[in-house]
Amino acid sequence: MMKLKQLVFWTIGAIFVAISAMPSAKAQTALEIVITEGQDSARPIAIVPFQFRGEGESPYNFAEIVAADLRRSGRFGPVSNNQLPARPGKDADVRDYAAWARLGVEAMLVGEVTPLSGGRYQVTYELIDPLRGQITGGSAQALVDGQLVDSNDHIIEGRTSVVGEGQFRQYAHRISDVVYEALTGERGAFLTRIAYIYVDFDLENPYHLMVADYDGYNERVLLRSPEPLMSPTWSPDGNKLAYVSFENGRPEIFIQDIYTTSREKLTSFQGINGSPAWSPDGTKMAMVLSKDGAPNIYVMDIASRRLEQITDHWRIDTEPSWTPDGKSLTFTSERGGRAQVYRVDLSSKQIRRVTFEGEANLGGVVTPDGNGLVVVHRANGRFHIARQDFPSGNLMVLTETSLDESPSVAPNGSMIIYSTTYRDKQVLALVSMDGRFRARLPSRDGEVKAPAWSPFL
Amino acid sequence: MQLSKLVKAMVVAIPVLALAACSSAPDDTSSTTADGTTTTGQDRRGVETGAADRVLSPEEQRQQRFAELRQEYIIYFDFDTSEVRGEFAELLAAHADYLVRNPSARVVIEGHTDERGTPEYNIALGERRAQATADYLRNLGVSSSQMTTVSYGEEKPLARGSNERAWSQNRRAVLVY
Repeated sequence: MMKLKQLVFWTIGAIFVAISAMPSAKAQTALEIVITEGQDSARPIAIVPFQFRGEGESPYNFAEIVAADLRRSGRFGPVSNNQLPARPGKDADVRDYAAWARLGVEAMLVGEVTPLSGGRYQVTYELIDPLRGQITGGSAQALVDGQLVDSNDHIIEGRTSVVGEGQFRQYAHRISDVVYEALTGERGAFLTRIAYIYVDFDLENPYHLMVADYDGYNERVLLRSPEPLMSPTWSPDGNKLAYVSFENGRPEIFIQDIYTTSREKLTSFQGINGSPAWSPDGTKMAMVLSKDGAPNIYVMDIASRRLEQITDHWRIDTEPSWTPDGKSLTFTSERGGRAQVYRVDLSSKQIRRVTFEGEANLGGVVTPDGNGLVVVHRANGRFHIARQDFPSGNLMVLTETSLDESPSVAPNGSMIIYSTTYRDKQVLALVSMDGRFRARLPSRDGEVKAPAWSPFL
Repeated sequence: MQLSKLVKAMVVAIPVLALAACSSAPDDTSSTTADGTTTTGQDRRGVETGAADRVLSPEEQRQQRFAELRQEYIIYFDFDTSEVRGEFAELLAAHADYLVRNPSARVVIEGHTDERGTPEYNIALGERRAQATADYLRNLGVSSSQMTTVSYGEEKPLARGSNERAWSQNRRAVLVY
């Protein structure tokens, strides 16, 4: 009897283990962001849980998403909920600004969620400066057209929107964008996505082209293939991706609409068809072709498929990247011996070398403001992400991870996402443009690489 | 197209398997005794037959050696170079010999790299390795029309892991018939 019981116990245990170890049928990378450095330099902020003006529980925790966004920006450190002196839903409910000012926060976000008919909700929020509120008592007045009116100048931002059930997460990111811009003067990039390649050699089709929200949520498989997929890059309108697929036994550049799934083959020349990069105006694609021998940089007019050769050198030229004005490209070249980044003016075809420090610099990307270049910097055999400023030429190594590659810059220039190796696996990682904030995006299984940050959506 | 590929693959694979069988442990119907004589499973009433080694002509010896060499179809490279190492000269000579004798044979030369360096750079480096291998075969008389090259860069590693052992196995050119 005892034995039977034991047997049953062990059998159930074994079944449980088998189920939990079973790989799910669909690719599940489930990226999560693990912040490894930079919390101490963040500015304190209070994100108060939004008050629900209806029956029962609030349908969505907006404040949680906003707090997570702001924390991941590296700029802000939301204080924990149990430190909050009260839970006001609007400025009018804030009784004691001094209590909030004592928290040391430069701003506090409060909000209310009110149910409407048809699964819609009214979301109202206010971003308050508690120090200013403490000074004015929340009732500052100003002269407007000769009349003394309430200026409420302690309220930095205040908005009301009607949001459907399916748009909660997106709207929370929108709030984060508003808060971030109000406090930094820089546009937020929380409503953006990343495209990347996910590889799991245990699957029949190991190679996956994926897109997800910038924070790893809403992950979608856009393409599965038995052969390698590489180099996803966004169209400037954020609707399409160009990438390289080896599905026909050779590299070819494809363009795929991320909403309709329609795809077309852009190039299939002999040799390398690689490293596509969309021009800022969306009409051209820079690429690497080796159809005439060595890999050189070309620009193709997408509508007419007319091809223009930009570089002509017998050594490796690769990794074209557009400057924000669309007038020149940076690219990696071995023409000087080791790989370095060069810049070519598209009208004059004049080429000049940009990077000089270290053993090699590759994969250059010009920052959105045009004032810097993000590169893969090789020194002492190690590959790290670095930033070089224009015109000073100063180079600053930003990362300490190993085998860093494929940097892609957020459209607001605040953050770099790149591929690195952690515990023998390729994973994505984030680093702020000043190198102070660092985070890892580990994946549950498989390897993740070639990240590409979308434009503003 | 797919079927013909499969047939081609079998044409290559079957002799490989047959050869592999020859070189592996003797099958159970015969066994080689210590003095080099062979007894078979059949009852021979104690009689044993012996055979002398056939004297191979130099050409036959070369062919035999080349056939063995052709079982190897991967050559390896040093870090960040596409220079064909001297140790693979004989191996490539064997493949060149086969391709020259069989002008209708086609080979795809794949170039691969280790994971160090950017993926795009590695695509270019992999192509250079494939082309260096093709150039080497061309210098041994193989026609360009028999060879195509494709670079997979760092995308199809043979060995996984971020260490020199894995890297040295991944820096390679592969001949695929």
